[in-house]
Amino acid sequence: MAVLLGVAGAFGLDLFVLRTRLVARRVFWVTYPIVLAFQLAFNGVLTGRGVVRYDDAAILGPRLVNAPIEDLGFGFALALATLSMWVWLGRRGVQSPRPPRQVRP
Amino acid sequence: MGHFTYLAVLTACLSAALWLEPVLRVGVLRRWRRLALAVLPVAAVFVLWDLAAIAAGHWAYDPAQVLGVTLPGRLPLEELLFFLVIPVCAVLGFEAVRRVTGWRAGDERDPT
Repeated sequence: MAVLLGVAGAFGLDLFVLRTRLVARRVFWVTYPIVLAFQLAFNGVLTGRGVVRYDDAAILGPRLVNAPIEDLGFGFALALATLSMWVWLGRRGVQSPRPPRQVRP
Repeated sequence: MGHFTYLAVLTACLSAALWLEPVLRVGVLRRWRRLALAVLPVAAVFVLWDLAAIAAGHWAYDPAQVLGVTLPGRLPLEELLFFLVIPVCAVLGFEAVRRVTGWRAGDERDPT
């Protein structure tokens, strides 16, 4: 079950590897439904128009807005892993927001 | 839309998020180095995954609805772009939520 591996991998990256703990933050859980809505819409078009065609034997079966249900998991893993990396890099000082400049006398 | 279908979907997705950069001044594209370092390694893993699924015959792309630029492993160019476009949109959305709500994400310079 590749999709479970992907979701678990993204959780592991966020919680234990990079320790960004986004899944414990409101800002992530408000962002994700917005990302999800767009994923469903655009993935729905791709699968509905047959741009991507699945082998029925290789997917779980249930579909959501045309797309195999497991695409939810892939999309979640893609978003969480990327955002975890983004926050981790910021925490490491890679182009993180600068504090306000001190006014020197 | 023919060969441009997949590309049009990607363009629509980008358009839905790109306006956040100038309007909310989220500074995601401005921090392109950080964006690239976040997006590229994750995209690489997903592309490998995709290549394995294509090789296993789990899914295929309609040649009539992609540009026809095919990368090694029968990967359409659009599919590679997908793994760049969606994450960039996700980061734009994330920074927009942070901007609007003021909630912390854990990478702020000041403690707490």
